[in-house]
Amino acid sequence: MYVRSFQYLAPKTVKEAVTLLNKLGGEAKVIAGGQSLVPLMKLRLATPSYLIDLNRVKGLDYIKDQKNRILIGALTRHAAIENSDLIKEHVPIMAEAASHIADPQVRNLGTIGGSLAHCDPAGDWGAVVIALNGEVKITGPRKDRVMKIDDFFIDTYQPNLKKGEILTEVRIPKPQPNSGGAYLKLERRAGDFATAGVAAQLTLDVDGVCRYAGIGLTALGPTSLRARKAEKTLLGRKVDDNSIEEAAEAAAEESKPTDDPLRGSAEYKRAMARVLTRRALKLALARATGGGA
Amino acid sequence: MMQTQYVGSPVKRKEDPRLIKGESTYLDDIKLPGMLYAAFLRSSYPHAKIKRIDVSQALTLEGVVAVYTGKDLKDAVGPLVVESINRGSKVPSHYPLAVDEVKFVGEPVAVVVAEDRYVAKDALERIIVEYEPLPAVVDPEKALEDEAPKVHEDYEDNVCFRWKKAFGDVEQSFSNADEVIEARFRIQRLAPTAMEPRGVVAHYDALNRILTIWSSTQFPHKLRTWVATSLNWPENRIRVITPEVGGGFGSKLNHYPEEVVIPYLAVKLGRPVKWFEERRENLQATTHGRDMIAYVKAAVKRDGKILGLKVRLIADLGAYNYVYTQDNPLVAARMIPGCYKLESIELDVVGVFTNKIATDAYRGAGRPEASYIIERTVDRIARKLGIDPAEIRRRNFIQPSEFPYKTVTKFVYDTGNYEAALNKALELLKYSEVRAEQERLRGEGRYIGVGLSSFVEVCNFSYQSASVRVEPTGKVLVFTSTSPHGQGEETAFAQIVADVFGVDMDSVQVIHGDTLAIPYGWGTAGSWTLTSGGNAILKACKEIREKMLKIAAAKLEARPEDLEMREGRIFVKDAPDKSLSFEEVAGIAYDPESIPEGMEIGLATTSFYVPNLTFPFGAYAAVVEVFPESGEVKLLKLVLVNDVGKVVNPMLVEGQVHGGAAQAIGQAIYEEIAYTEDGVLLTDTLSEYLIPTAVEIPWMITDRTETPAPNPLGTKGVGEMGAIGLAQAIVNAVEDALTPFDVKIEDTPVTPAYLWKLVNAEKKE
Repeated sequence: MYVRSFQYLAPKTVKEAVTLLNKLGGEAKVIAGGQSLVPLMKLRLATPSYLIDLNRVKGLDYIKDQKNRILIGALTRHAAIENSDLIKEHVPIMAEAASHIADPQVRNLGTIGGSLAHCDPAGDWGAVVIALNGEVKITGPRKDRVMKIDDFFIDTYQPNLKKGEILTEVRIPKPQPNSGGAYLKLERRAGDFATAGVAAQLTLDVDGVCRYAGIGLTALGPTSLRARKAEKTLLGRKVDDNSIEEAAEAAAEESKPTDDPLRGSAEYKRAMARVLTRRALKLALARATGGGA
Repeated sequence: MMQTQYVGSPVKRKEDPRLIKGESTYLDDIKLPGMLYAAFLRSSYPHAKIKRIDVSQALTLEGVVAVYTGKDLKDAVGPLVVESINRGSKVPSHYPLAVDEVKFVGEPVAVVVAEDRYVAKDALERIIVEYEPLPAVVDPEKALEDEAPKVHEDYEDNVCFRWKKAFGDVEQSFSNADEVIEARFRIQRLAPTAMEPRGVVAHYDALNRILTIWSSTQFPHKLRTWVATSLNWPENRIRVITPEVGGGFGSKLNHYPEEVVIPYLAVKLGRPVKWFEERRENLQATTHGRDMIAYVKAAVKRDGKILGLKVRLIADLGAYNYVYTQDNPLVAARMIPGCYKLESIELDVVGVFTNKIATDAYRGAGRPEASYIIERTVDRIARKLGIDPAEIRRRNFIQPSEFPYKTVTKFVYDTGNYEAALNKALELLKYSEVRAEQERLRGEGRYIGVGLSSFVEVCNFSYQSASVRVEPTGKVLVFTSTSPHGQGEETAFAQIVADVFGVDMDSVQVIHGDTLAIPYGWGTAGSWTLTSGGNAILKACKEIREKMLKIAAAKLEARPEDLEMREGRIFVKDAPDKSLSFEEVAGIAYDPESIPEGMEIGLATTSFYVPNLTFPFGAYAAVVEVFPESGEVKLLKLVLVNDVGKVVNPMLVEGQVHGGAAQAIGQAIYEEIAYTEDGVLLTDTLSEYLIPTAVEIPWMITDRTETPAPNPLGTKGVGEMGAIGLAQAIVNAVEDALTPFDVKIEDTPVTPAYLWKLVNAEKKE
């Protein structure tokens, strides 16, 4: 497993990186943590002629508190998110999700931006950022673009990036009081690609009525998916066993799993969408109401 | 202070400092001046004719030295050696590089030699092979059907061999039975996945006319013989060296294509050549293990007494026979009676060709299959008859007074006490408490299961050599034909030697893995190293000890039988002030002036030891929780009670048990080599082939009973115990947990998707 030879480029600024990427186009690949790209290169499934390394670009590795939102630089490592007090205080679901990514070695190198831009439906961040209704900032040769995370995923391994563009920031709105979330993943073994995963984020009002519901699905379709019908089922209703069951059913229905000879049939994964949505919503509910670990 | 008795104590491993500090030399650490690197082009087709190979573009790449195809090498190299050949079996010629046809994914087709490994890899992409795909067959049962594609066109079918034999009066057992219980069990294909892949370096020394081969192998001497055969090269001009070897698990005791091609290239090109396996190659083309299907019929009495069995065993051998491929199914079949007294057994074993890499030894090599089959069957019988699974085992055990016990399949079990081991395991498990808890939790909709496995295995199929020298300064050199690669025998052997001579362990140096220095023997596998290698060493040491006592007796004016060796000295027992140091006696032995008259100079001897078969045993128990809505399994508790005979180093025993158990956990729940129906390998990386990690392996409760074996060391063997005994305990526990759903588990691994399907298929009915 040896990579094909390539030219290594290490820009110091985002502008330089963008210029290089714009010039080299499809011949180049951007590398951040390299936890998905390097294995693909070793298997010679990815054979870029140029590798543009973002690791020396200053100012892409941060977690910032900005009024009603949290800003996360694209180069922020999973481990940094897992251990960030700011994250734990406002969006604990992200710390939880980070702790479920692969293994500590991968978490120390892998980045949130790289993971999202890789657009693997089995990646964990997509579902979580969907559940939190996050946005991504794209930097390119022209004006910066900001888009809802939902618009970023076009298809498997196909992010909404034009020539020369790089994902530079993830923006997460801070949840309101009485919120809770949970990210649950079914994997055959620790560190395996997810069989299925569900991220659920709830905000309740004082009467326990759902004011916000975000549900993202991992490995249950061609990209990370938003379970819209499941979200709608809950909005404006009391979150209890009945509405949770309906939402779980809806999530299963709107999931688009495919057969996998190793991880299970589409039928199985659909059933797991239901099981995991139910479990995640129950946990999110408990956390929103002050319980749940 | 010097320890006076090493055997039996948990001495720290002598090997560890050099390994922990990264100071040792593994195969890929070897660098020789002028060394070239080889890379193999491998078939991506499971079955295809090779129409044409064009290597011209590869040869033009800068740094490429040579490219060879199967046709180029056919007259100079191979075919590879097969040793285990059952009567009437078909053994296809197996050339190291495919000549006209490829028969499995990963089969080598061409080899590139280049100045560095990166160029070699790049050159592979420039070789053009024109294939004509042929239909492939990967399911051994389908391979037996009349219309199945044939793996070898020259044979009338895909049957490599059939071995059918009845022991005892099977028909009578079945006519006397109250019940006949039938079951099917499939044991999946597994990859041994040693942490260090395979690798070979070869160098031809024209001065001494010696061809030196470094290989990451378990069997240096055997490999030398095989290479001598396939290269038609004198055995006394080949030297095989094993550097530090990072695990083998049975996958490195073979005659692999690379182990003959690389030496050939080194001679041909006049430069050293290295090849080091990639993980993908390892999963594609290093022998796999298990892959057997058993159809069992058990004739039983209502009280749980098992009278007889009929077992049809279908073994997937892959496309070619490797050296011991044919052994594993027969060992499996003959060990199926396990710990139990049977009147009769009918065995019908079919070895089947498929378009896959060969199966061969994998930790346990036939015994895990045997034990899995009988222990799963016993649990099925218990459930059917409503008898507690522990109790039904007790009712069928061979009793301690009955040893040596000749089994219905003609093995003679040396010693044993199966009930004692089981009782100890149940006690450690707190069996009745766990059963009560199971009942209580079922009321809450939680599904706990308990599984047992009483097992016995057979080892010591090999002989070994030992050369021992006490040097003039009293330092001891031990040469062993065993070839430890992680087990820790350098430590265990040093313990034995130090005790014989009454010297410090640190003055004993154990050398292994060099055929130029060490007399012939089998290497390390089959849990035999300590017993076969250790007894050979013991024998040689005792001979030298006797000579040293004679020398000392002459000098101290005493009789040899009145002397003792301890703490680095030789004393007269009743007059401890009369003594000589061990070093002094060694010095005298090498001094013609002072050695007693009539004695031969020197302290060196070589012994061979041919062991009797030994039969270690144990009782394992597993407690699991199963989540029917998702099919997930959680291991809650594992108890492993082993009886490996006498123990030289309890810490090494623990290590072996843990390692084997981890692999059994993999077999039960996680690991499977999977091919598509068309023969494409789905699990050719470690992100698809799932070895359990620390997260999946729970704390294990281990303990021992000790029933010595009738050999000088009293040892039986431990290396494969965990891998042999545990998987069935776990699967029994999973099936037990799912009792309310009445599911029958036929397959392993018990993945979430598989269990979910079983539970939900049941629901729909």
